[in-house]
Amino acid sequence: MSGVTIELRNVSVDYGQRQAVESVDAVLRSGELVTLLGPNGAGKSTLLRCASGTLRPTSGSVLIDNVPIDEYARGSLARRVAVVPGQTIIAFPMRVEELVALGRLPHEHPLLGPRAADRAAIDTAIERVGVSHLRTRDVRELSLGERQLVVLAMAVAQGARLLLLDEPTVHLDLRHQVSVMELLRDLSTRDGVTVLAVMHDVALATHFFPRLLLLDGGRLVADGPPASVLTPQRIQDVYGVDASLVAIGGG
Amino acid sequence: MSAEAAASRAAIARPTWLDGLRHRPLALGVAGLGLVGVVFVVGIALGNVAIAPADTLAILARRLLGWPLEVSWPASAETIVLELRLPRVVMAMIVGVGLSLAGATFQGLLRNPLADPYVLGTASGAALGAAIALLLPVQVALLGFGLLHLFAFVGALAAVAVVYRLSRLGALNSLTSVLLTGYAVGSLLAAGLAMTMYISGSNLRQIFFYLLGSFSLASWPQVVVGVPIILVGSVVIVSRARSLNGLLLGEETAAHLGLDVRQERLLLLGAASLVTAAAVAMSGLIGFVGLVVPHLVRLVVGPNARMLLPLSAIYGAAFLALADLAARIPGELPVGVVTAVVGAPFFLYLLRRYRAGYEL
Repeated sequence: MSGVTIELRNVSVDYGQRQAVESVDAVLRSGELVTLLGPNGAGKSTLLRCASGTLRPTSGSVLIDNVPIDEYARGSLARRVAVVPGQTIIAFPMRVEELVALGRLPHEHPLLGPRAADRAAIDTAIERVGVSHLRTRDVRELSLGERQLVVLAMAVAQGARLLLLDEPTVHLDLRHQVSVMELLRDLSTRDGVTVLAVMHDVALATHFFPRLLLLDGGRLVADGPPASVLTPQRIQDVYGVDASLVAIGGG
Repeated sequence: MSAEAAASRAAIARPTWLDGLRHRPLALGVAGLGLVGVVFVVGIALGNVAIAPADTLAILARRLLGWPLEVSWPASAETIVLELRLPRVVMAMIVGVGLSLAGATFQGLLRNPLADPYVLGTASGAALGAAIALLLPVQVALLGFGLLHLFAFVGALAAVAVVYRLSRLGALNSLTSVLLTGYAVGSLLAAGLAMTMYISGSNLRQIFFYLLGSFSLASWPQVVVGVPIILVGSVVIVSRARSLNGLLLGEETAAHLGLDVRQERLLLLGAASLVTAAAVAMSGLIGFVGLVVPHLVRLVVGPNARMLLPLSAIYGAAFLALADLAARIPGELPVGVVTAVVGAPFFLYLLRRYRAGYEL
């Protein structure tokens, strides 16, 4: 259970003049549930893009299961790392079950397509995320929140050991926020999936995530349990607001 | 999207028979092949001189399958069937396959429901090439091929190559950039075409005829050269169904699903352009097939390319061969006119009826 799933080693990203991410070091062990917090423009999404291999760091390296990320064949990386993007644009009419089925792409036979195991994984994912009632609906008819759940189901169907999420709860109502958090917790404890999620809702994040990474101006300013990371002084420094505005649970 | 809009969309119910068909792609495929078979025979039997369907079948069975049937038909019937109608129907079908697959590919690749095989300038490139060929004082013809075919083919491919190269230079997001560059290059080529037509004077009618599309000049040499090109491109496209599926949610998601996006995009773009160029060179500009057929199929079976591509190919073949039949019954109308006259209203009806509700 304690193998390292992903290691960020001195990762920096330059966007021209601006340094978006600066010398970030972090190690996530398998089954860990970690959130990435920080104000707008802190470099959270950029760091997530490095972790998924979408963006190559200007310097430093990313290791997945102790192997540098760019040494993986694309298919084999996709079987290890699943990504839930912030938004998904869907150009054609598509049913929920068809969208979730796309998550099996890295597993299915290149010519023959999905097999029995793939169909089983699709069914399980739909059920676990709790979108069975939406199965045959057109994705574009759904509310933004429902759509977000469906995209999450697609990532679950992908069956990866590392799940990277960009603000998975942003359009969800309170009940669905909690159920997504519980699903992530379940994935990490029951299936040993490592979860790294960018979150904006500090209160929700501190309640559900045992470990927080706090980014500010591209630097990792704190890493640890909520109580030690989100001290009143740090909230003042990083977010520029009084700590009493942020209700912190779990600590 | 507002909640209201969502509710109004949800209220539009699909008829149940349509839903019943959705999970029977095999039945749809078999029915489509049956339709292709019927259209094949009828397309050979009908025309200026009608030939009895029984005789048509007998001639085909004797000459193509080698059945030892007694000859009970005039020799002229055999010539008409084998030298005129057969290559014509084969060509209409293969061009139907090619345009439908190219349309489905461009729609998927550019994630734009309005994309058709000509979206990246192939049409204007081919038209300009053909017009220049007609303007040249030299006229070479070899086995039914003239400079026109060659220039049209090269013009179409050159236009796509230019669009692709130029779109890589822009700072825009790659899809928008490709579409806008295609539009700009297309407009430029259209201006060139207009200029060429203006200069050409007496050849105007010939260029015009070519632009409207027709299978009336189909011949075996054309089939022998054109069909393999379209077939190869089509096989490449159908074998990349998985990639087209991955690209449904955008290039970044496709990469997360393990696809080599750059390579797949180039492969699909290349294959679809090759198919379109060959189709345009053989038969001129035939609109609406590549737009409507994939949409119709998508409406029934959904966006999964594993079903969308083979079914588009089958129904595209049947549709264009039927359109060609309709074009020659009243005495050689341009087939592009027929596809537009049939395709456009039908497409509008579908859009209204089922509100495909595309988000752009």
